[in-house]
Amino acid sequence: MLKIDNLTKNFGGLRAVDHCSFEVPRGAIYGLIGPNGAGKTTMFNLITGLLKPDEGHVFFNGDPITGLSPYQIAQRGIGRTFQIVRLFSNMTVMENMLLGPRNQYGENPLFALLNPSRVTMQQIKNEKKALKLLEVLGISHLRDAYVKELSYAEQKLVELGRVLMMDPQLILLDEPTAGINPTFANKILNYIRELRDKEGKTFIIVEHNMRVVMNLCERIIVLNYGRKIAEGTPEQIANDPRVIEAYLGV
Amino acid sequence: MLPTGVIIHVLIVICIYAILAIGLNIIMGCAALFTIANAALFGVGAYTSALLALAGFPFWLDILAATFMAGLISFLIGLPTLNLVGDYLAVATMGLGEILVAISRNWDSVTRGPMGLPGIPPASLFGFTFDSPPKFLGLSAALLLVIYLVAERLIYSPFGRVLKGIREDEIAVQALGKNAFWFKMWAFVVGGAFMGTAGSLYAHYLGFIDPSSFTLWIAFFIWSIIILGGLGNNLGAIAASFVFVAMRESLRFLGLPANVTAAIQQIFFGIILIVMMIFAPRGLIPERKYITRYKGDAEDRQSD
Repeated sequence: MLKIDNLTKNFGGLRAVDHCSFEVPRGAIYGLIGPNGAGKTTMFNLITGLLKPDEGHVFFNGDPITGLSPYQIAQRGIGRTFQIVRLFSNMTVMENMLLGPRNQYGENPLFALLNPSRVTMQQIKNEKKALKLLEVLGISHLRDAYVKELSYAEQKLVELGRVLMMDPQLILLDEPTAGINPTFANKILNYIRELRDKEGKTFIIVEHNMRVVMNLCERIIVLNYGRKIAEGTPEQIANDPRVIEAYLGV
Repeated sequence: MLPTGVIIHVLIVICIYAILAIGLNIIMGCAALFTIANAALFGVGAYTSALLALAGFPFWLDILAATFMAGLISFLIGLPTLNLVGDYLAVATMGLGEILVAISRNWDSVTRGPMGLPGIPPASLFGFTFDSPPKFLGLSAALLLVIYLVAERLIYSPFGRVLKGIREDEIAVQALGKNAFWFKMWAFVVGGAFMGTAGSLYAHYLGFIDPSSFTLWIAFFIWSIIILGGLGNNLGAIAASFVFVAMRESLRFLGLPANVTAAIQQIFFGIILIVMMIFAPRGLIPERKYITRYKGDAEDRQSD
């Protein structure tokens, strides 16, 4: 589904991503790990078009998407969350959720003006879907609260809900459980698994919590200094001397 | 007591500024695009309308043409500038706006330059001529109402929500698959078109226009109105037009020399804006909060 081919990105003299290649099949949950500054977030930004690679290509469903704008890539079905949440803070949780769905009828000002009943119908449908999601995420009671009034963990959940409203095929999650208490984090992880099993969604997850990564991901890619140093199942990665060296510096 | 004539005059001017403010509210209040070309677009509407009316075209056609032309010019201004952010957009739109004003000042064969265009005929629709201030007030108020309703529907639609999203975080909007550039362009075109409508009303009301009516000072005046009124709220824009225009026009009747009045006006506005910024930064009537409309079965599910 996603193919990264020889991707390279330089920031001045710093090589943030260095000739990386890997493939993610449909319906998989992949982990992307590595020490701070290893290039994980840069990799996400390259895939989603926020950054343009200096070399290499990204293919999605067989089509090259390198060089497309972020909104075009999102349109094709790649959704993401951000390491530091990017929410619409002066809007309510529900409004944030309602911004998720792609190609809403009422996004065209002419339709919004001339056919309000159809716009309202779609809105109510989206609200219904949003409420269901908010309930799963345990924050449906906050639906009419402004996002800026929420705790960081709650904001993380809103961002996850919003990207799910967009209904993408591939979802890139940047530290989804950071700042969220372990019991609830487990709930989210189970939900991610459920989405994969029931709806065939594909996930790539950047996460520092090794317990989470080892439990959830069936395959892990390890980056260090922008280079892919290992790829394999959680067991293989946990016993890989190069990974242990990168993490522990021994 | 003020004579009725003065009150009607002030109310007409309020309607015109309220339309301008609603136009700017879509662009700046919702999408937070700092444009300073607003007075110039007001002028585009006024000149388009005046020139067509003087050439003998009927009112309904020239006001539509003014609206369309201002929208089109707004589109052309947006093309090179809408990828700029914040202050850069403000500076670029200010420059382009000033070019338009310079054209009106120097294109003597068409606009008669600083001498302006006199003798613009009064508006008339379906054989009814709005030739007295009370009749014109009716026309202005009706147009204000129409534009208010259109703007309300847009602002509270998914379209308006995307604009507010762009104001909050444009990168997040893009990451959700929405082409921010075109949403901003729509805001620019619709808001600009409204300013053209206001310009047409202005030209027909005064019967005379010249470039001095569309200067930067007017652009900032409209800015102040929506900041005072509450960014993102059309009722606030109307309320603030009322406050600012009534104050500005009433100062004229104090009998002070014109240059003193102008200075007092500017000092007044400055003070009001500073006080508002400190004590009510969200304006007279802040943006309306969105409340989830769907109640349905969610309530039942929550209780178990």
